[in-house]
Amino acid sequence: MGLYDIMFYYLASVAVITALLAVSRANPVYAVVFLIPCFFHVAGIFVLLGAEFLAVIQILVPAGALMILYLFVVFLLNLSEIKGRRITNRQTLLAGIVAVLLIILLIVLSMQSLFPGPFQEMVKSVGIDNTAAVGGSLYTDFLFPFELASLVLLVVMFGAMVLAKREEKE
Amino acid sequence: MITLSHYLILSAILFTIGVAGVLMRRNIIIILLSIELMLTAVNINFVAFSHYMENPVGQVFVFFVMTVAAAEATLGLAIVVALFRNLETVNVDEINQMKG
Repeated sequence: MGLYDIMFYYLASVAVITALLAVSRANPVYAVVFLIPCFFHVAGIFVLLGAEFLAVIQILVPAGALMILYLFVVFLLNLSEIKGRRITNRQTLLAGIVAVLLIILLIVLSMQSLFPGPFQEMVKSVGIDNTAAVGGSLYTDFLFPFELASLVLLVVMFGAMVLAKREEKE
Repeated sequence: MITLSHYLILSAILFTIGVAGVLMRRNIIIILLSIELMLTAVNINFVAFSHYMENPVGQVFVFFVMTVAAAEATLGLAIVVALFRNLETVNVDEINQMKG
């Protein structure tokens, strides 16, 4: 068992455990704080897969910016007084059955060799410089979707302002 | 030896945790967090296939998924703030104003 395998099992197990802790906490502050190490370890998984650029983005955007945004909203809402006793809703039993069936289905499908042969072997990473490879693809083949993404962000910026704006009382 | 299946199973486990969170929890902020978790699981799939097929297009798609995840979180939280201001609750089973 090489260092690569040990790193994979460490990163995967911590990611799964922190994800489980995050969705099972009653207090949303703890949930957000547990999701930060989960996203950090997913960034480690990206490094193992040779995607360094995405690993940095994973730390900056989901683990950094988005979790801070969630924390700000949790603090803004001041949920301490309205804390309910139940943390799950009425369909929990049915949802649990659906989740167990889904995980069994996905694992069985994942274990089957989708691409038999040398494809499942460890192959070398995409190019030497991962950032250059991603950037080259992004700015040539995917230039239009890339520009469209900026439009999406612009619309979201105005949408969030309109939605969260306090209405003036007459 | 870590194969593609290992990454797919990790992704499946994280995705199912997200699905369970969305279906079970009452707190709408935790539901949004679970959606983030599901998108992250999909990103692991994209990057794993990109690595094992030696094709950077999968990583470009992860870039777009992260953009949409940021947009979704921003709009979702704006809706949560507006909802809390009007109804004083963040529990999804108490938000039934439009139920017939």
